[in-house]
Amino acid sequence: MSTRTYRSPRRQLLSYALLILFAALFLLPFLLQIANSLKTDGDASSNGLSLIPHPLSTAGWQQVLGVGGTPGVTDFPRWFVNSVLVSVLITAGRVFLDSLAGYALARLQFRGRRLVFGLIVATLMVPNVALLIPQFLVIKELGIFNSYPGMVLPMLTDATGIYMMRQFFMQVPVVLEESARIDGAGTFTTYWRVVLPMVKPGIITLTILSFQGAWNQYAFFLVATVSPQYFTLTTGLANVVNGGLSAGNQFPLKLAAAMLTTVPVAILFFVFQRYLRASRFDAAVKG
Amino acid sequence: MTTPSRVGTEALAASGAKPGGRLGVLRLPRPGRRRSSATAGQNAGGWLFVSPALAILLLFLVIPICLAVYVSFTDWSGLTSPFGPTVHGVGLSNYASLVTQPGLNQQLFGTSVRDNFYYVVFVVPLQTALALWLAIVVNNRFLKGRGLFRLAFYFPSVTSSVAITTVFIFLFQGTGAVNRFLSFFGVKGPNWLYDSRGIFNTLFYNLGMHNPPAWSNHMFLGISVWQWLAGPSFGMCVLIILATWTTSGTFMLLFLAAMQGIPADVEEASEIDGATSWQRFRRVTLPMLRPVVVLVLTLGLIGTWQVFDQVTLVGPHNPTTYTPAYLSYYLSFQNSQFGQGAAIAFLLFVLIVILTLLQRRFVKEDLTR
Repeated sequence: MSTRTYRSPRRQLLSYALLILFAALFLLPFLLQIANSLKTDGDASSNGLSLIPHPLSTAGWQQVLGVGGTPGVTDFPRWFVNSVLVSVLITAGRVFLDSLAGYALARLQFRGRRLVFGLIVATLMVPNVALLIPQFLVIKELGIFNSYPGMVLPMLTDATGIYMMRQFFMQVPVVLEESARIDGAGTFTTYWRVVLPMVKPGIITLTILSFQGAWNQYAFFLVATVSPQYFTLTTGLANVVNGGLSAGNQFPLKLAAAMLTTVPVAILFFVFQRYLRASRFDAAVKG
Repeated sequence: MTTPSRVGTEALAASGAKPGGRLGVLRLPRPGRRRSSATAGQNAGGWLFVSPALAILLLFLVIPICLAVYVSFTDWSGLTSPFGPTVHGVGLSNYASLVTQPGLNQQLFGTSVRDNFYYVVFVVPLQTALALWLAIVVNNRFLKGRGLFRLAFYFPSVTSSVAITTVFIFLFQGTGAVNRFLSFFGVKGPNWLYDSRGIFNTLFYNLGMHNPPAWSNHMFLGISVWQWLAGPSFGMCVLIILATWTTSGTFMLLFLAAMQGIPADVEEASEIDGATSWQRFRRVTLPMLRPVVVLVLTLGLIGTWQVFDQVTLVGPHNPTTYTPAYLSYYLSFQNSQFGQGAAIAFLLFVLIVILTLLQRRFVKEDLTR
């Protein structure tokens, strides 16, 4: 330590100050969100910078949590349930189907494998926003527009997840499968009993990213549904923000609803964040 | 593991990779037969494993794209079946009315391309520079509480775009927190979200340039050169700040991951040689991070041309925040002009595919692992 002279105490202090300032800047919007969700309507509109609600009001939160309010334009409890339902189904589908396909592409020698892999790599670059009209078209033609199947089916698998799982499976030593096969295990048993447990970090990563993707999904649900009974938290909140309310700004209500939308994914992330490493990259490609 | 068994397994793996190789001769004939049956099983198993995912991708991704290309050549209104008798082929006229034919849609398209262009031009360098700076500071070995800082910078990235845009709409309203803060310094902030003035035009105006010069009245894509030079509107600035704030955490993680690969002694050596921290950054760190910088820049380019969610919340109040992605949605779902909407989506699709192909050329495959 004595020879290391590169950080003088003053510079060290300065970089700390800068960092703390930036961290505060990054977190301030969330602090303001919490504070203002607990204010009265008027106080939030005119006094938005204050971090102390004065007077304290839980009216916004009561309406979001469905306590005492009238369900209707702001049926957040139902939208919350919709979000949970749809996200769980999509996550389960993706974890199962993506890892199956990823395993086949990584390990199984089947005719046409190169072609299938090429197709999946090609679909990786399809931008989501260019898919809105096409997907609307197809679910309308299939008669599943504005329904749970229409929200879930098209999202049950994704090229990013398949590609990611393939990368994880390629790192598992081949030896394990060879010996399982010599012991007489079939392809599925080998996959399910021997290889899948080896890629636990991959499965956890895929679970988190799929859940986050489904929970935060907005554009697709916007075109796949039209009735408030199928709103998720994202489409419901957007509808409220875009003027679904009868009167006033009602910022405390909107901020509380935004909070409700943020918290579950935030918890999931920080519990499992050590599993997320560079594999976050691929998710970034698709946004 | 004992030595003989390891040799055995290696031979097994090698023979699996090279059927009929010399190692196979050393082994009993039985595995050879087993291998051929395993291959047959793998053929069926492989297709069984990929087919559910493949079917969904074909049905909801590949076929829809073909359908959308077809729709972009029709006058489909979205109400009937796109194959019904009321739908007519219109050739290239959907594309023409966006690009070459003067009219409202050309003007909307030109404006959306301009606004998205300024969004890209500001967000990509800002988020890359901020992410790189954050990564360098957080990567400092002598820093206490690195995990906490990393968490703070990363947190905005995991939140829902709709939720976070709601918060920003609140912060940037006319009497909101941001303008309150500005008023401490005697600055009267604009009514951000509703303000469609371009920041460059506003600057020119305040410098005394009240009328656009004659040369700038030339029209391109439905709007004048003067309007092209307007810069992002104040409303768009909010989206630029929002994007920079939510994405730099993700990209910071990419830089941090890459920095793990830089040996500490390289940096230490340069310090012993008396390099200042700027020199060290410029001559040592940055060159080693070059591939990741390229990756982040291209990921940024691809992402920023697709901005949609935020615009659906801000756009209805401010037409200068429209992006092509939103215009495609707006024309289709709000104006029943699905043909024109699909045409925009297809143009966007082509742009993104070109950017992605360029990225794959410049960034090595193994970086995306």
